[in-house]
Amino acid sequence: MVRRNKDSASNDDNERPMRRKPFRKSTNEEESPAQVPTGDLQIRNKMVRQLLYAKLKRSKSKAKLKERKERQQSDEPKQEPQTIEKKRKRDETWVDENDQETLDDISNDELNNYFTRQPDAPEPKLLLTSQEGFPSSFTNKFLKEVARILPNTTYFQRRHHPIKRIIKKMNKLGYTDLVVVNEDHGKPSTLFISHLPEGPTMKFRLTSARLSKQLRSNRGKPCAKLTIRPEIILNNFNTRIGIRVGRLLAALFPHDPQYKARHLITFHNQRDFIFFRHHMYLFKNEKKVALQELGPRFTLKLRSIQRGTFDALYGEYEWTQKPKHKMDPERTKFVL
Amino acid sequence: MQHDDVIWSVLNGQFCSYKQQKAKTQIFCSNEYNLTGLCDRRSCPLSNSQYATVREEKGILYLYMKVVERSHYPKKQWEKVKLHENYIRALKQINEHLIYWPRFVRHKCKQRLTKLTQYIIRTRRLMLKKTGKQELVPIKKKAERRERRHEEKAFVAANIDRAIENELLERLKKGTYGDTYTFPVNAISMDEEDEEAETDEEEEEEEEGEQESEEEMEYVEDFNESDAEDIEDMGDDDDEEIIKALPLTKKRSLELEYEPAVEIPVRGAERAGIVYCYATRDSADDEWHVDKLEFKATNQPYSYLFYDRALRRLSSPETTTK
Repeated sequence: MVRRNKDSASNDDNERPMRRKPFRKSTNEEESPAQVPTGDLQIRNKMVRQLLYAKLKRSKSKAKLKERKERQQSDEPKQEPQTIEKKRKRDETWVDENDQETLDDISNDELNNYFTRQPDAPEPKLLLTSQEGFPSSFTNKFLKEVARILPNTTYFQRRHHPIKRIIKKMNKLGYTDLVVVNEDHGKPSTLFISHLPEGPTMKFRLTSARLSKQLRSNRGKPCAKLTIRPEIILNNFNTRIGIRVGRLLAALFPHDPQYKARHLITFHNQRDFIFFRHHMYLFKNEKKVALQELGPRFTLKLRSIQRGTFDALYGEYEWTQKPKHKMDPERTKFVL
Repeated sequence: MQHDDVIWSVLNGQFCSYKQQKAKTQIFCSNEYNLTGLCDRRSCPLSNSQYATVREEKGILYLYMKVVERSHYPKKQWEKVKLHENYIRALKQINEHLIYWPRFVRHKCKQRLTKLTQYIIRTRRLMLKKTGKQELVPIKKKAERRERRHEEKAFVAANIDRAIENELLERLKKGTYGDTYTFPVNAISMDEEDEEAETDEEEEEEEEGEQESEEEMEYVEDFNESDAEDIEDMGDDDDEEIIKALPLTKKRSLELEYEPAVEIPVRGAERAGIVYCYATRDSADDEWHVDKLEFKATNQPYSYLFYDRALRRLSSPETTTK
């Protein structure tokens, strides 16, 4: 019962690729050093076949281990792990710190009033609502928690009020931002932030929303109302669009954080996903910080930036996410 | 040319392509000129030479009247009159045009006019409402799955806690916090084993103990109670926070008797008082070990021993007179 490949005679059996199927073994055991046959022979006895295969595997893993140990002991420079972040290159979308023109351009947007701390700039005052109708129980809880975390926020029961009318009313009452959370299948799915009175409006995909009760670090405590001005961290917003998003997010919070209260709100951007976290911290010493997450937490992903206030029909879009077939095939390119 | 009875006998007795047998009792007619929608002698648009109907085209109502003389031109067979938007005026128009027509046709035309006007009004209202309605967008399952996977990977790569810690330390180094934080060089370190041995029962005590050992009493109270109002109080009036950490005298380095070594005033939401911290060390170079921690409230004669190194852990709160 011996079956040979055409070229098997010329090949050394030890150099066979590892991917060979188990039943393809050769019987010329005297050739291989570990007494384990490799090759093209099919052994019909199942037990023998299995035995031989086990032997082969063992010898291979041993060889691998040996190789690895040698590599560890040698003085060769270790290879750096290749991550997507390391592969990412600074392309034309990155903002250069030395390019004053671009920086001026960025800083002269609609949010300029807030950042230059003009005397007529109002304190951030937010209105938070859901989509039309009545939000599901989870979304309702989530909205209430977010309203507690964002300073100076009112949770507005939307019912069937149209957004444009709400915006008109908000302008009169001196609100600066409108936050709308849409839901899908009982879970919050989309987040709109619209800066008033001039815009911009950004649409985010909202996922993995967790209440503070659901966080293990919080020991099931509900979320308390935040009455102080928290500290903010915006991480990794580097490109032009990224800075614009970061500015909008920063403008939701008032100036002059109260450091004594040690409340911290983070927007961490990683591969275009913006992670929202709420922590309390404690400096143990100069080199150690203790963090406790208070929640809620969620993840955002930018979908579109629109000029002006919310307008789904006639809005002018600065940037929208491209559909998959038009996206850049390179995985190391990111927008934010 | 037109023989109504012959046509009707053919249509009724044999075959008519407009006949619709939907219900067992009634036959309907699907001819678009039919006045009533029924298949009978009076309302058949084919076998009546004098016939009129009302039809709607793109929101406008027309009165159609049959002219039998032109029945050999099916295209020109119907005379079309545009009806006025106003319902009452349209009724008048019908009255004028169908003045000598059979009462049945006139009456049914008016009924049809009423029905169509109402239906146009309803459509317009719905159209208006529709613009404000939400748009249905398909969920692309594959794309969603891909994004979820990417998010998981990004979350792992982000290592958020470490990123935050680094950022905070950088801020501390840069001096964002000013002189809010001062770290003593010679902080007392507690036995780490003791810390680990403690269980959840006494978590609060543990926390207090930990922090006191590091002389960071400024922050203890609001770390324990994350009540926001308290925190605001803390942030606003910092004058009330007085930290008096008495330096340890080096003479007592080898003594094992307990004397109040450090007195730390504590002020929480409900109670205020002083924490006495007793510490010993074996030699002058050695690190300090906390032996006892006692809490004495301001208006109570008793002090509350909540940490004792000799006993490792106190299971029940015990009070000792001072």
